[in-house]
Amino acid sequence: MPPRTLYDKLIDSHTVARLDDRAGPGAEILLYVDRTVLNEYTSPQAFSGLREAGRRVWRPEAALGVVDHVNPTAPDRGAAMPDEGGARQVRYFGENCRDFGIELLDVLHPLQGIEHVVAPELGFVLPGMVVAAGDSHTTTYGALGALGFGIGTSDIEHYLATQTLRYRRMRTMRVTLDGALPAGVTAKDAVMALIRRIGASGATGYAVEFAGSGVAALSVEARMTICNMAVEGGARGVVMAPDAAVFDYLADKPRAPKGDAREAAIRHWSGLRSDADAVFDREIRIDAAEIEPLVTWGISPDQAAPVGARVPDPDAEPDADRRRDLARALAYMGLTPGTALESVRIQRAFIGSCTNARLSDLREAASVLRGRRVAQGVRGMVVPGSSSVRRAAEAEGLDRVFTEAGFEWRQSGCSLCLAMNDDVLAPGERCASSTNRNFEGRQGAGGRTHLMSPAMVAAAAVAGHLTDVRRLAREI
Amino acid sequence: MHSFTTVTGAAAPLPAANVDTDVIMPKQFLKGIDRAGLDRGAFHDLRFAPDGSPRPDFVLNRPGWEETRFLVVGPNFGCGSSREHAVWGLLQLGIRAIIGTTFAGIFADNAANNGLLLVSLDPGAVSALLARAADPEGNRLTVDLPGETILAEDGTRHAFEIPPSRKDALVRGLDAIGQTLDRAAEIRAFEARHHAARPWLAR
Repeated sequence: MPPRTLYDKLIDSHTVARLDDRAGPGAEILLYVDRTVLNEYTSPQAFSGLREAGRRVWRPEAALGVVDHVNPTAPDRGAAMPDEGGARQVRYFGENCRDFGIELLDVLHPLQGIEHVVAPELGFVLPGMVVAAGDSHTTTYGALGALGFGIGTSDIEHYLATQTLRYRRMRTMRVTLDGALPAGVTAKDAVMALIRRIGASGATGYAVEFAGSGVAALSVEARMTICNMAVEGGARGVVMAPDAAVFDYLADKPRAPKGDAREAAIRHWSGLRSDADAVFDREIRIDAAEIEPLVTWGISPDQAAPVGARVPDPDAEPDADRRRDLARALAYMGLTPGTALESVRIQRAFIGSCTNARLSDLREAASVLRGRRVAQGVRGMVVPGSSSVRRAAEAEGLDRVFTEAGFEWRQSGCSLCLAMNDDVLAPGERCASSTNRNFEGRQGAGGRTHLMSPAMVAAAAVAGHLTDVRRLAREI
Repeated sequence: MHSFTTVTGAAAPLPAANVDTDVIMPKQFLKGIDRAGLDRGAFHDLRFAPDGSPRPDFVLNRPGWEETRFLVVGPNFGCGSSREHAVWGLLQLGIRAIIGTTFAGIFADNAANNGLLLVSLDPGAVSALLARAADPEGNRLTVDLPGETILAEDGTRHAFEIPPSRKDALVRGLDAIGQTLDRAAEIRAFEARHHAARPWLAR
């Protein structure tokens, strides 16, 4: 057999049937999908489709329902949703999970949280799996050695009814991160550097494998940040070869195999890697030592710059289409060309989302905030990635670090990442945000989002403006 | 799903790059449990001012684009979230095909699953069609899926390609789930082998 990439191996091992006579990228296959995670906002029409056609769910135990997008995150929340639409979605989600035999983590369940934080911490996603779910950030699961990718509602319905998807093979891209990230530079900066380099559609049509010493040196949680946000560069599926760090991560996860089953699984998982001479359709190398803390200044995740840089000048852009888009981005963001990014004042600071709200993220932010206070005029919010993360953070006193610094310590959910609940920016409000998308209106109509790492959000909250977290570190 | 053969109508230009699904379908329209009412949500913040009145400068609100059936768009249209509401809303607004250079992956699959045709052309052809779509007197196109061509009123043609299986599904408006369930025995046999080799998955 010719040498194969890890993506090829995962696809080959999940191919039920070929649906056309093509091979390689573009070939259509019937793909077996091991598991899915469901949420309340992209699943309702899929369940309605099953009900109308009188179809059952093929394998209910392979799905996990989590309420995360529309629920409140107020510290004292109850089961009530902020609006009737969200309440109806949560109610219908409950009916659907009950009627079709799917486990549900409802809003007050002790394991509730953001789906892509909850599934790994339960051990619900394991190396070698193919996981497709109704949320674009399903790419997160690449960090565990699974192939994760997002699907729409029609495909959720197809999956639920058949345990498969009609799937077109992607081209393959390998992104090699060489060396160690400098102090003050995080996995968030690494993936933002990649997106800045290849553009918001640089990986469109590709499944991306992340590799290299820079990835091997990262914690599994930091790897999740990279896989999660790779979709903002267009990556439709993401994988990383699972290693001892992943096997260790899974050791105490409640639903991961234990004992002899674990030993057998690890023998299998250890073979999940690209062959040494496998050929990728595209190769990107990134030198970790050259990455700096990044912030976005525009309305697309690739519109980012080192925090020490200035707002770009549209007039310096030779291409007319790009000049027009650049001017539009700056108009929306209320930024003047040439302004130092570090002088841009913020009113909101948000630490949360499936990209950056795991325990390690909260620790990094807390280490910046310890003994400091949020600047006058800044409202800071921490929304832990899951209720389990919230409890673990409280057990080590991180909640007190945040509250003593003036941050709100809230319950879990997607929250201000996409503002489907009552956590919303007012028009014109500017937010330093540890999230993944700075689209127009994403955090609220007229809201202005600057993406950055959790530590950089903490630093901006203290300074009252965008700032280099390494500057604060030097002041300790 | 909608079947698509040959459609004639006006085309509108949306040349910006990276038009994302938050712009195509803002969050306040994502709170339903059905597909109803998403025509109002499509491009809502571009089409309507905060007081709900139409923005007269937005192309779909201008004379000559009342019956728009096609959008000619910039690169990476549909990037962002997996929300299929974006595709449902565009169809409810009357859009039947979108012509551009590149489309985001999940959006493209959602479009295919609902009979919204996406046509990928080279940048030169898209530029020519953007110019045509910007002219209220000359913006009518005919998109012929079986013939894989776009025809302008002056006779100009642009050929496009689409994978045969996707074309067949669009033309016939097939029920993908029904087709797949015809292979249920094959899936069941695969699943048994798959889990026998990975017993930790079979719980």
